[in-house]
Amino acid sequence: MAEPRPVLEMAGIVKEFPGVRALSDVDFRLFPGEIHALMGENGAGKSTLIKVLTGVHPLDGGTITLDGRSVRITSPLQAQQAGISTVYQEVNLCPNLSVAENIFIGREPTRMGRIQWKQLRRQAAELVERLGLDIDVGAPLSSYPLAVQQLVAIVRSLGTGTSTGGGEGPGTKVLILDEPTSSLDRDEVLQLFALMRRLKDEGVAILFVSHFLDQIYEVCDRMTVLRNGTLVGEHMVRDLDQVGLVQLMLGKAMGQLDELHDQQLHSHAGETLVRAEGLGRTGGIAPFDLEIRKGEVIGLAGLLGSGRTELARLLFGADQPDSGKVSIEGRQVSMSAPNDAIGAGVAFCSENRKSEGLVPDLTVRENIILALQASRGWTRPIPVAQRDELVAKYIKALDIRPANPEARVGQLSGGNQQKVLLARWLITQPKLLILDEPTRGIDIGAKAEIQKLVVSLSEDGMSVLYIAAELEEVLRLSHTIGVLRDRRLVAQIPNGPEITTTRILETIASGEHQ
Amino acid sequence: MSATTKSPTASDSRTASGSRTPSKAARLLGDRRLPVAVTALLFLLMYLGGLTRYQNFGFTEPQVFLNLFIDNGYLLVAAVGVTFVILSGGIDLSVGSVIGFTTMFTAWLVERQGLPLLVVIPMALAVGAFGGFLMGYVIHNFEIQPFIVTLAGLFLFRGLCLVISKESISISDSSVSSMAERQVSLGIGFLSLGAIISLVVLAVAFYVLHYTRFGRRVYAVGGNEQSALLMGLPQGGTKIAVYTVSGFCSALAGLLFTLYIQSGDPLHATGMELDAIAAVVIGGTLLTGGSGYVLGTLFGVLVLGLIKSLIQFEGTLSSWWTKIATGVLLCAFILIQRFMTTRRKT
Repeated sequence: MAEPRPVLEMAGIVKEFPGVRALSDVDFRLFPGEIHALMGENGAGKSTLIKVLTGVHPLDGGTITLDGRSVRITSPLQAQQAGISTVYQEVNLCPNLSVAENIFIGREPTRMGRIQWKQLRRQAAELVERLGLDIDVGAPLSSYPLAVQQLVAIVRSLGTGTSTGGGEGPGTKVLILDEPTSSLDRDEVLQLFALMRRLKDEGVAILFVSHFLDQIYEVCDRMTVLRNGTLVGEHMVRDLDQVGLVQLMLGKAMGQLDELHDQQLHSHAGETLVRAEGLGRTGGIAPFDLEIRKGEVIGLAGLLGSGRTELARLLFGADQPDSGKVSIEGRQVSMSAPNDAIGAGVAFCSENRKSEGLVPDLTVRENIILALQASRGWTRPIPVAQRDELVAKYIKALDIRPANPEARVGQLSGGNQQKVLLARWLITQPKLLILDEPTRGIDIGAKAEIQKLVVSLSEDGMSVLYIAAELEEVLRLSHTIGVLRDRRLVAQIPNGPEITTTRILETIASGEHQ
Repeated sequence: MSATTKSPTASDSRTASGSRTPSKAARLLGDRRLPVAVTALLFLLMYLGGLTRYQNFGFTEPQVFLNLFIDNGYLLVAAVGVTFVILSGGIDLSVGSVIGFTTMFTAWLVERQGLPLLVVIPMALAVGAFGGFLMGYVIHNFEIQPFIVTLAGLFLFRGLCLVISKESISISDSSVSSMAERQVSLGIGFLSLGAIISLVVLAVAFYVLHYTRFGRRVYAVGGNEQSALLMGLPQGGTKIAVYTVSGFCSALAGLLFTLYIQSGDPLHATGMELDAIAAVVIGGTLLTGGSGYVLGTLFGVLVLGLIKSLIQFEGTLSSWWTKIATGVLLCAFILIQRFMTTRRKT
């Protein structure tokens, strides 16, 4: 079969940062009308490749050919003008403006310098409708959930190639989607996929980056796998199964993931650690009863926004409950602030490790020691020797890379940042560890390590409240699964061999457990 | 709320079909025009209150209403400039000093140097705009907080007043007084030239903010500066332009103030930047930027002016009550804003 000419060809790409060769001799090509996945662990060079392509980083070697012509891309703006648009994980739009304005700002239709609002709205509405989306373009962007904002960002990026936007087909030849799905739920992802397929049919070449393998297999046609800054191979998605892909990405067999299945689930009859009765908060989560025993892992399953995080925040005292009470080890505790919870032995790893957890400008050591020092009070500093020993121990135990306590946390990869955050709480030796999406946005190897850690912590008698978007993850680790739906804890299901993701999904969908 | 991704809107409005129209009540509360309506309503209530309480003391004269524009025209112009700055997410503390400086500069050139007023006016406007441009340039290029840079501007211009003269300079030039006394009859009363100019400035500002790309960029930068940059908007140029506009408006306000008071004084308009900021905030513009209307600023200025008038009509109250009332109002409006923004998020 003769292949059509690729719209984009990158050959022999080299990119060096001080001390690191981020990309060495990588080839990459993209065909019109295909969805192409760029795969690799964190630090494999995916982001660097995208940044080189979009002009954020200058090239150190190699060539980029767009539509048969050799191009030099030196700035994001130039990339846009050349027809390469990027939509990032974070929505880079202005929430205070209307949807229509967000699509057109910077290139509004004007007559004698006066913005033609009617024309602008009409064009935006046409564009949105043509892409099969149901969005009121007059409403402010902030009135829409993140997923829709993401769709709007894509719509905007399509318009940037043409002078007035809309009109006859998108000017965008290459659309780069960098982890657009990481904060979307299932329905929202489907909506995004529908849009991607539509654009693909219109001949746009889409480069898609996602950590969710299932999504890759659902929507992509072709993939390129990177490992440690080198090209591992380019494959048609239908020719390579998931196990094969993971092996390519990791460069090793799947053994470490399989281990987990054998480890899980031994019976737990530990005594009650935490008992919540009628705990609830208006607008957050309906009153619920929950009992957590020592050494028990409770997984919370539910859609995004179903109240998983809200439940955890109540248990940690980050939000004030309107009703109910909490007792820890039989003693009633007032959870009016996180400090009370920390004092009672509860630790909380937030899902927003960047904004709520870590201080990126401090070193690994300082970040790890923060919570422990806080619990001792500033008048009793931790002796240097003891501190260094503790830090070294946890860096080793969690395999934080680089194993350098002086490294600044902001420079670590996502998975390693997550481990630093975990280390910070583990060092305080909590009785209950709350993990909110600890594996979000980190690569599959680090994911497995964190999951293994949860299992071993639980064996040591620590209770864990585990929140994850992936049901398989919850199912694999938990002794008990709490199912949330519409801000209500609808069921608590003891895990067992007969429990499957389908059963959980049914419970989420129906709101009751049979 | 931990993150926007977990906001209830994300779950409440989720439907399988993908249609996501927010509820009507949420829309009304989230409507950015609501604060302007609240301020307008407050003004109306206060005015009606004045009508009933002082009806036998001449409050019912339409001229009392028109005087609000005459007596506060300069404040309106300054507040319009500040509206641009606050919409872009910044702050300008130099306004009062630039006004004071302009009165001195104008009085000195007209009285002591004998320059014709029509030559002095463009010079004063240029100096104010250039001062604003410099502050914007420093804020953008050296990434310094606008608070500090414009605070420096505040001291600088106030100091320059004293360089010109330590004494106040009263203006006896006939061109100034004839311009100051020029009135436009409206049938039910009259407006001064200054009031007319301030209303023209308001109309131009409204047009610029809502019908030009520059105006929309001001909102975009105030909404999310980082996004504006990544959307390919000239965010730096917008910021510099915003401070230039504010400097220009301050100088124009200074000229109107000179006409109004017919003298230059190194201590004129001390602290007026705070009145301007208060008017903008009471007019419903969020201090965080990106949300607000210049029309709200008009009502903010009118409310502040009306407080002054009411206290004058009351007669027994000291003028300090103006400040107290302003303080109470400002506090109330900031709380309302807070309530509205948290409502909008959840």
